[in-house]
Amino acid sequence: MARTPADLVGAQPDPPFEITFDGRPVVVLPGQTVAAALWGAGILAWRTTRGGGRPRGAFCGIGQCFDCLATVNGVPGRRACLVPAQPGDVITTQEGHGHDRLGA
Amino acid sequence: MTDSVPEPTGSYDLAVIGAGSAGLAGAVTACELGLSVALLDSSPQPGGQFYRHPAPALGAVRPEALHHDWSAFSDLRRRLSASDIAHLTGHHVWSVAREADGSWSVHAVTGADGTAERPVRVRARALLLATGAYERQLPFPGWTLPGVVGAGGAQAMLKSGLVLPGRRVVVAGSGPLLLAVASSLAAAGARVPAVVEASGYARYARRPRVLLTNPRKAAEALVHSAALLRHRVRVRLRSAVTEVHGTDRVEAVTVTRLDRDWRPARGAGRRIDCDALAVGHGLVPQIELATSLGCATRVLPDRTLGLALDDLQETSVRGLWAAGEAGGVGGAELARTEGELAGRAVAARLRGGRGAGAGRTAGLRRRRDRMRAFADVMAAAHAPGPGWTAWLDDTTDVCRCEEVTAGRVREAVADLGARDARTVKLLTRAGMGWCQGRMCGTAVACLAARDGRGEPPAERRPFAVPVSLATLAALDETTAPGTAQNNAP
Repeated sequence: MARTPADLVGAQPDPPFEITFDGRPVVVLPGQTVAAALWGAGILAWRTTRGGGRPRGAFCGIGQCFDCLATVNGVPGRRACLVPAQPGDVITTQEGHGHDRLGA
Repeated sequence: MTDSVPEPTGSYDLAVIGAGSAGLAGAVTACELGLSVALLDSSPQPGGQFYRHPAPALGAVRPEALHHDWSAFSDLRRRLSASDIAHLTGHHVWSVAREADGSWSVHAVTGADGTAERPVRVRARALLLATGAYERQLPFPGWTLPGVVGAGGAQAMLKSGLVLPGRRVVVAGSGPLLLAVASSLAAAGARVPAVVEASGYARYARRPRVLLTNPRKAAEALVHSAALLRHRVRVRLRSAVTEVHGTDRVEAVTVTRLDRDWRPARGAGRRIDCDALAVGHGLVPQIELATSLGCATRVLPDRTLGLALDDLQETSVRGLWAAGEAGGVGGAELARTEGELAGRAVAARLRGGRGAGAGRTAGLRRRRDRMRAFADVMAAAHAPGPGWTAWLDDTTDVCRCEEVTAGRVREAVADLGARDARTVKLLTRAGMGWCQGRMCGTAVACLAARDGRGEPPAERRPFAVPVSLATLAALDETTAPGTAQNNAP
């Protein structure tokens, strides 16, 4: 019996919705943060570092480490572990500092 | 530009910062004693990290399945809703300042992650800081690989989002939090091949009186141990994960035996296959709002810094109280006790009431002292040993934000003469990134010190959370942080 976190707390969530991550659909349970939605889809990395271009995702889970920065609907630098996912959100991998378009 | 200074959203007797166990207890106590109270918190729901729970839309019928002592929280939540406390959710406090008339201004930005950028100012006659703690991390080769997550982070994501970082999760580091994390991950369906604890538990036995007077802590440990047995989780003491394997994500870890100083034993460690690693080495009090006002601190037995507090939870700055982990990490029950104590002390100060409830206050103080004694034993038992730096090779990232390797930190120390974390920071940028040294502070301090222990990081940051230049520009001189008066330590 493969117990899940939802089973454990007897979750009866509102109907799920979709967001996209780098163009692919991700199913979200209402109330989940962007980071939780991505973990739920087995995605652990959504940022690359400024120096080495290395993949990073959620680490501290409480808004302290800034490793989970993502580009949400075109806005870079959002802390994915704090931001609730909304239907139709477009999440894209944040490259480096996320301000490439500014030429900064 | 006084026009653009955010008008106070309200003026209160007491502003409480943080709606975890300590802040909730302080707020409801003060309110029930007749004070007007504002409770500011960054989360959408009360509870803090310990009582983090799913958003209502997730429809959790049994949120208590992921918690201990849920009834204590339900009671505080009930008293909060029955009160007229102004519960300001989604408020990220970035600074507090004392005004010329002696009152306090609390400056916050709003929104889920503080980027809604509506600057808010709350005025209050007294302040209670209940800002909690965050996890202490020690680096090791591979700890930046996706799939390595904070132990507290895994717990937080599970409690609020009902998700796991993997199916087979090793839990490692030091401290009793690891047992709680492992048992909840296992209950939620993860396989936990091992809990890897760098200390032994024998050091607790050296203080039998403290153990005997804190039976609830022993009972808690038994509950977790029984859960781990039931899920067939092995606990490996005096061991550490010294390497993570994988290219794009975690595939396995190496677990190595440690000596008493946390120095790894020679020879090959044991390889454990897994797809995630949840790791943490204790908790760090979050005190920057207080240190920026000059509050005195004390070095805790695990070499973190906590606020120095008097018998009634007041800091060295008059009118500024603190409760819970800000004064040292000791768990939710201690936090509630300190919150109530602080709430009563603030009410007594502001209303001038004498004698009322003196018996209750004395009882709270005794409980606080008893649980603080246990917290000190716990902190000492799990304090990082100086040998942990031998886990690092020169290519290991120490500062995750600025990607500063252990090699570059060692070079700053050996070749460039750095003797402390601040000089290492100036030479290498370690600690200058987004998290402002919260993740690497301990590691850099240890590497900079001759004895491998290092001075605790100062926890001084001018802003507790990021704010935009527009928010800063909206302040005039009279409300700017740093112009506070009467703030000498």
